[in-house]
Amino acid sequence: MNDAFDLRIGESHIEVHKFRGGTILFATALALFVQAFVPIYFPKVAIVDLPLLITIYFGLSRRNPSTGLLLGCVVGSLQDLLGKTPLGFYGIAKTLIGFAASSIGGKLDTEHPAARFALTAVFFALHQGIVVLIQRLLLAHAEPWFTARLAIAALVNSLVGVVLYFFLDRLRRS
Amino acid sequence: MVAISSRRRSLVLLTIVVVAQVLMLAIQIQRTNTEGENKNLARSWSVGLISPFERAGTWGVGKVRGTWRHYFALSDAAKENEGLKQENDSLKLQITQLRGKAAEADRLAKLMNFRESQEKVPMIGAHVIAASPDANSAVIYLDRGQRDGIKKNMGVITADGVVGKVIESFSNTAQVLLLTDRESGVGAMIEESRIQSPVRGLGEPLISMSYVSNDDEVKVGEHVVTSGTDRIFPRELPVGTIIEVKQGPPPFKYIRLRPAAQLEKLEEVIVLLTMDPLAMKKPAQTTGAAAPLSPAATEAAPKPAASKRTQEPAAKPAEKPQ
Repeated sequence: MNDAFDLRIGESHIEVHKFRGGTILFATALALFVQAFVPIYFPKVAIVDLPLLITIYFGLSRRNPSTGLLLGCVVGSLQDLLGKTPLGFYGIAKTLIGFAASSIGGKLDTEHPAARFALTAVFFALHQGIVVLIQRLLLAHAEPWFTARLAIAALVNSLVGVVLYFFLDRLRRS
Repeated sequence: MVAISSRRRSLVLLTIVVVAQVLMLAIQIQRTNTEGENKNLARSWSVGLISPFERAGTWGVGKVRGTWRHYFALSDAAKENEGLKQENDSLKLQITQLRGKAAEADRLAKLMNFRESQEKVPMIGAHVIAASPDANSAVIYLDRGQRDGIKKNMGVITADGVVGKVIESFSNTAQVLLLTDRESGVGAMIEESRIQSPVRGLGEPLISMSYVSNDDEVKVGEHVVTSGTDRIFPRELPVGTIIEVKQGPPPFKYIRLRPAAQLEKLEEVIVLLTMDPLAMKKPAQTTGAAAPLSPAATEAAPKPAASKRTQEPAAKPAEKPQ
């Protein structure tokens, strides 16, 4: 059983992680449930985008763009199905984030908490940018590109992400 | 190599997934346009995507068709044009023929009317079939001759007036000397004043009245008719119209006339089948006769003025027609 293997790109050695069976499925389902259930009692928790954090984490860890974008597509589509947004709204955004995360994860060391914090903030901003773009282009909603709340949300999600990633690391095969 | 291939594969997969989701979104989204109508975004996109090609296709097809019609299909147009030209020429020819027939019908109607008005005068219609090839003589040939009763010195007229006289008669043809010939002459008189004088040809379109005294009053525009004294033509047939009057070398005036009959356009004529003195009647109705017979023509007896004013000398050529 391989817990991890090296992906050689040029001179660098990037470690690709694998997880226990059903980890990705379970984590995704749990994230969607929490995202849908908890804000009912704690509305402020809605600022955290758990499906996005799951997508970013598994993308960075798996480091396979195809897997990452498919995971993002599934997570985003489920989020659309459970929410009121049209199917594909978050699907597109998370597909692109999954692809970007897994692509970057194959080139950078994303194990350090600082790197994870920064990457999560960047991916959150990118995700919001894609969402706003979709709203503007497809839904014809004049959503603002940047707000203070968005900056706070990026900060909060990055912090939550670093913590979440720490626990998810425990589910790796090692 | 493997990494590059995998990256390409993932990019393709990303494109497919994103495009599929975009399309899925477009199918779900309803856009409200400026007129308040809800339009499906996918439909709008489809139309927007396809319409430029349709427009380009329509433009291209139009250009191709236009090019075909204006250039390559010109062979058909040329054939059609040629056919139309032929048809046009044929129609023009038909029009010319019909005009000719209409003119002939008019002329024949005049002759018929004239003939009906002169029931007691024996006459026969004839067609002009030829003219003299000699430019110095004014002669025509008719399609009737001795078999039809035509003899030498018979008078030839039209409904408009005197034409000339028969100078030779063959079995089926007759030769006619026109009034304009130098050797031609006819006994005549001015219609109003009844002044008599022979009229002679000059070898040109005009004819002359040679023996009118300088003392007589003659006006331009007066009509000249036959006097009957030549024993060829009956009285009161139009001969011509005076167009020029001058004082000539004494004792006679210089008078020029335009013949009443259109001698240069003769096609049908009437030959008077008698050598006896005749009295012509005015036609009951003339169809455009240029110079209808004068009222005096209806009178059987000559007017007193006419007999009184008979001043033609015995040696005048008109009295002895050739």
